[in-house]
Amino acid sequence: MAIELAELEHPQAPLEHLPAERRAISRWWFFLGVFVLWVAGWLMLQGQWTLALPVSELNSFHDWLNEVRDWVEQAKFEGNPLFIPFEWITEFFNWVVEFLQKLFVDPAFGRPVPVIGWLGLVGISTWVALAIAGVRSAILVAGALVLCGTLGYWEDTVDTLIITGVSVAVCVLLGIPIGIWMSRSKRVTAALTPVLDVMQTMPSFSYLAPLALFYGIGPAAAVVTTLIYALPPLIRISAHGLRTVSPTTMEATSSLGSTDNQQLRKVQLPMARRTILVGLNQTTMAALSMAVIAALINGPGLGIPVIDALTILNVGRAFVAGLCLVFLAIMLDRMTTAAGERAEASARKGTNPQARRILLGVTGVLALISVYLSRQYLRLAEFPEEWNWGDQIADRVNSSSEWFVDTFYDITQAAKDFVSNFLLNPLQDLLAESPWWLTASALLAIAFLLGGRRALVATAVTSAIILGTGLWYDAMVTLAMTLVAAVMTMVIGVIVGVWMGRSRRVDALVRPVLDMLQTLPAFVYLIPTLALFGPGRFLAIMAAVAYAVPIAIKIAADGIRGVSPTTVEAAESTGSNRWQMIGKVQLPMARGSLVLAANQGLLFVLSMVVIGGLVGGGGLGFLVVGGFSQQEDFGKGLAAGIAITALGVMLDRITVHTAARYGRAETA
Amino acid sequence: MTATIDEQDAAASTVGQSALAVRGLWKVFGPRADKIVGSAEADLSRAELLAQTGCTAAVRDVSFDVAPGEVFVVMGLSGSGKSTLVRCLTRLIEPTAGQVLIDGEDVVAMSEARLRELRRHHVSMVFQHFGLLPHRKVIDNVAYGLEIRGVDKKERRRKAQELVDLVGLSGNENAYPDQLSGGMQQRVGLARALAVDPSVMLFDEPFSALDPLIRRDMQNEVIRLHHEVGKTMVFITHDLAEALKLGDRILIMRDGALVQVGTPAEVVGAPADEYVRDFVSEVPRSHVLTLSWVMRPPRPDEAMTGPEMAPGTVVRDAARRVIDSGDPVKVVEDGQLLGVVDQDDILRVIVAEES
Ligand SMILES: Nc1ncnc2c1ncn2[C@@H]1O[C@H](COP(=O)(O)OP(=O)(O)O)[C@@H](O)[C@H]1O
Ligand SMILES: [Mg+2]
Repeated sequence: MAIELAELEHPQAPLEHLPAERRAISRWWFFLGVFVLWVAGWLMLQGQWTLALPVSELNSFHDWLNEVRDWVEQAKFEGNPLFIPFEWITEFFNWVVEFLQKLFVDPAFGRPVPVIGWLGLVGISTWVALAIAGVRSAILVAGALVLCGTLGYWEDTVDTLIITGVSVAVCVLLGIPIGIWMSRSKRVTAALTPVLDVMQTMPSFSYLAPLALFYGIGPAAAVVTTLIYALPPLIRISAHGLRTVSPTTMEATSSLGSTDNQQLRKVQLPMARRTILVGLNQTTMAALSMAVIAALINGPGLGIPVIDALTILNVGRAFVAGLCLVFLAIMLDRMTTAAGERAEASARKGTNPQARRILLGVTGVLALISVYLSRQYLRLAEFPEEWNWGDQIADRVNSSSEWFVDTFYDITQAAKDFVSNFLLNPLQDLLAESPWWLTASALLAIAFLLGGRRALVATAVTSAIILGTGLWYDAMVTLAMTLVAAVMTMVIGVIVGVWMGRSRRVDALVRPVLDMLQTLPAFVYLIPTLALFGPGRFLAIMAAVAYAVPIAIKIAADGIRGVSPTTVEAAESTGSNRWQMIGKVQLPMARGSLVLAANQGLLFVLSMVVIGGLVGGGGLGFLVVGGFSQQEDFGKGLAAGIAITALGVMLDRITVHTAARYGRAETA
Repeated sequence: MTATIDEQDAAASTVGQSALAVRGLWKVFGPRADKIVGSAEADLSRAELLAQTGCTAAVRDVSFDVAPGEVFVVMGLSGSGKSTLVRCLTRLIEPTAGQVLIDGEDVVAMSEARLRELRRHHVSMVFQHFGLLPHRKVIDNVAYGLEIRGVDKKERRRKAQELVDLVGLSGNENAYPDQLSGGMQQRVGLARALAVDPSVMLFDEPFSALDPLIRRDMQNEVIRLHHEVGKTMVFITHDLAEALKLGDRILIMRDGALVQVGTPAEVVGAPADEYVRDFVSEVPRSHVLTLSWVMRPPRPDEAMTGPEMAPGTVVRDAARRVIDSGDPVKVVEDGQLLGVVDQDDILRVIVAEES
C-alpha cells in the first residue's frame, strides 16, 4: 500500500500570499461562516427541495438505463457485432471456469463425481505450495483446505479459489507486461495513471452492474470484475519496482553493452522481483475480496452462502462461511509472501538443488497418489458429510451470539444510540434534509476552503453527476454515514498510529494484526458487526470503520515515525513533555500523512458503507443491491453505482488536493 | 602554461596515435538543449545560461587526447561536469555536440549496434557506487559482460575466476555483493570491467565512497593493475592527492569547461589560474615538483663542482643530496647542463609548504 500512496498525485497548490498564521485563522472563520449559514438554512427550509425519491419510484434517467439494458440484451441476442468481442470473452471465461469446476467440484465427463476429488486437490495444492513457497506454507495450505471442507463449504471454497485463481492468472498475464511498458515510457505512464486512479477510487460495488450488463451474470462477469478490481496494484507496483531499480546498476550493465532486452531480463526483472511479488500478493488478496462480492452477480463461491446468511440474518451460517474465507485469505497471503521470500533465500543459502529435486519428486509422486485415490474412493472424492461440523458450529455461534447480544444489549444499544443521536442523525439531517442547493453550495465552499480551486471544480462536477442520477437524497444519506465512519476511523487511526509511531514495541505487536486484517475480504467484516449490532445503518458504519482502520493506522504510524529524529531530539532537548511532543511536533509534522490517511480511510469507508446496503445500511448501497434482485430496478441500481463513484471521486479529490496544500510543510 | 599548450599541440598532431581523442565536446541539459551550442548563449556563464534558458551546460567545449597506455585523470569540484564528461565518452549520456574518437572512430556517429559492440569489447567503466547486481554471486557479476556477448558458461566462469584472482578476491567468488565490504565490492566492479579485456577503462570517482585507508589500497591496486595489464585509463576524481598519485596527466575542469591539462608537476608548478592555484595550494609541492621546476641558470660566481641529477627527479628525492652537497647540484640531461639547484632553492619549496 505504501508504494501506491507514494504515487498518489500531488498537485501544486495555488500560490498563497497571506502569512501562514493569518491564513489559518481566517480559514477557520470561513468554515464557521459556512456552517452557520448552512444550519440556518436548514432550520428554515428543512424538508424542502431535498430531491428524495421514494424507494419504489424511478425517474426518467433510471427508465432510460433500463431501456439501455433492454437494448443491450436484445442486441446481444441478435448478434450485434458491437458485442461480439464481449461474447467471446464471456464464453472464454465461462468455459475456463466450468472446465476447472468439472475438474475439481462438479460431476462431469460421465462420472458421478469430479475428475479429481478433494483429496487429489489438497495433494496438488500442497505440492504446489511446497514447490513455490516452502514446507510451512504447504502445511498451511493442506490444513486450511481440509478445514474449509470440515466447515461444510468444500465446493464453494474451491469455486472461490477458481474465480480468484483465473483472475490472478489473467492479472499476471496483463499486469506485468503493462507494468514493464509503463516503466519504460513516461507517456504510457501519463496515459494509464488516471485510468488506474479511477479503477482504484471506484468502490467495488459500483461497477458490478455495468459489467454484468456486458458479460452477463455468472462466472465470466465475476472473473472480469475481479480482474478489474485486482489488476491496478500489480501494474502499479511492478512499474514502480522496475522503475526504481538502482540507476547505477542500470548504467553499469548498459555500459557493458547490454541490449534493452538483456537489461530487462537480467537486471530489472530479477532486481524488481521482490517488489513484483509484493504486487502479486496485493493483487491476490484484492481478487479474493472481489471474487466474494461478485456473488451478487452470480459469481460462484463462498460469497453466495455469506450473502444468503446475511440477508436472513443468520449470524452462525455467515460466520462459518466467513471462517472459510479467513482461512483462504491467510493461506493465499502466506503463500504469496513466502514465495517472495523463498526465491531469494534459497538461491542464497545454496540449498542443494539435487536434494530439492528429490524432495519435490517424492512429494510429487505422493500428490499423484492422492489424485489417484481420490478417483477411486467416493469418500476421497466428495468431502464426507460426517466430517461436516459446519452446522454444529453455526448453531453454537448463533446461540452464543444471541447470548452476547442479550447480555450486552445495553452497552451496544447505548453506543448505537449515541452515534445515531449525536453524530449520524444530525449530520444526515443537515446533509439530506437541507434543500439540495444549500447542501451543494456548502459542499462546494468546504471543498474550496480545504483543497482550493481544483477541489472546487471536482466537487462541482461530481455533484452535478449525482444530481443527474436523480439520487441526491440517497447519496447524502450515504455521505453522512461515510463521514461519521471516517471520523471514527481517523480518531482510532490517529490514536493507535501515534502510539505505534512512538514505540517500536507497540508497532511490532500491532502491525501483524493490521496486516492480517488487511488481507481479509471485505464481506468478512460484516459478520461480527452483524452479530454485535444487528442490521441497520450502524452496522454499516461499524463494518466500514473496522475495514478502514488498519490502513489509516498504518499511514498515521508511518507518518509519525517519519518525523525527522533530529527534530524530535531537538524538541526533547528544549524540555517538551510527551503531550507537547505529540501535539506540537509530531502531529503537525506528520499532517501530510494524516491527510493521506484520511484519503485512504474515506475511500475504504465509502466502499464498505455501500456494501452495508446488503444488511440494511440504506442509502446508495441498498439501491445497488436492489438493482440485482429486481429486473425493473436495474436502472436505479446502475444510477446508484454511478452516484457512488461520483461520491468517491469527490472525496478523493478533496483530500488529495488538501494533502497537496497542507502536506507540504512536512516535505519542506 | 606554455608547457600545457605545447603538450596539446603535440597531442593534436598525433591523433592517429591517441587511444582516445575528444573534440569540442558539449553536453547541455534542459529544454531545447541542442539549440544552445553555436548560438550566442553558448558564451554565457553557466549560471547566466541557467537563468536565461533553463539549461545547464554540464560540459562546455572540451577537447583533449589520451595516449595509449596513459592514465589520464580528470579533476574538478563536485558539479564541474566530470561524470557527465566521462559518460559522454561511451554515450551513456548522449553528447549535445562534438566528437569522441576511440581508435580513430567517432563514437558520436556510431549506430546503436556498433556502439554496443564498442561497449562490449573496447571500453568498460567502473562506477562510484559499484552498480553490482545484488542477485548474482561475485563470479557471475564479473562474468556479466561476457555473458551478454554470448560467451558460454564454462568459458566465462573460467575467465571470471582469473579476474577474481587478479583483483585479490580469491575465495569470495560465491559470495553475494551485500556480503562484501565496500572496498571488496569495488574490486568486483574492477574485475567486471577488466573481464571484457577492454582497451580503454573509465573510472568515475571509483574510490570516493570508500574509507581513506581502503582508498589507498585501491589506488595501489589500480597502479599495480596498470603495470600488469597496461590499459589506457581515464580516471575521474575530485581528490587532488589521488590525481597526482595516479595520473600521467591531469585535466582540470571548472563549470563544465577545461581549465588546464598537464602533468602533475605542470599543474602544481604552473597553475593556469586562481582556481587551479587554490586547488593545488594544499599539495606538498616537494612531492610533485621536479628539479626542472626549481632550477635556475647558474650564477657566474657559483662553483660548478656539485653532483649531477636528472631534471625529472622529484624535489623531495633530491633534497638530501642537494643539502648534503655544499655546492649547487647540476641539472643535466643528455650531457647538457640545463641549470642548477642549491640549498636555498630546495628550502624555498619546502618552507613554502609549511607556511
Ligand atoms: N540529468 C541531468 N539533468 C540536468 N542536469 C544535470 C543532469 N546530470 C547532471 N546535471 C548537472 O550537470 C552538472 C555537472 O554534473 P556532474 O557531471 O554530475 O558533475 P560532477 O560529476 O563533476 O560532480 C551539475 O550542475 C548537474 O546538476
Ligand atoms: Mg560525479
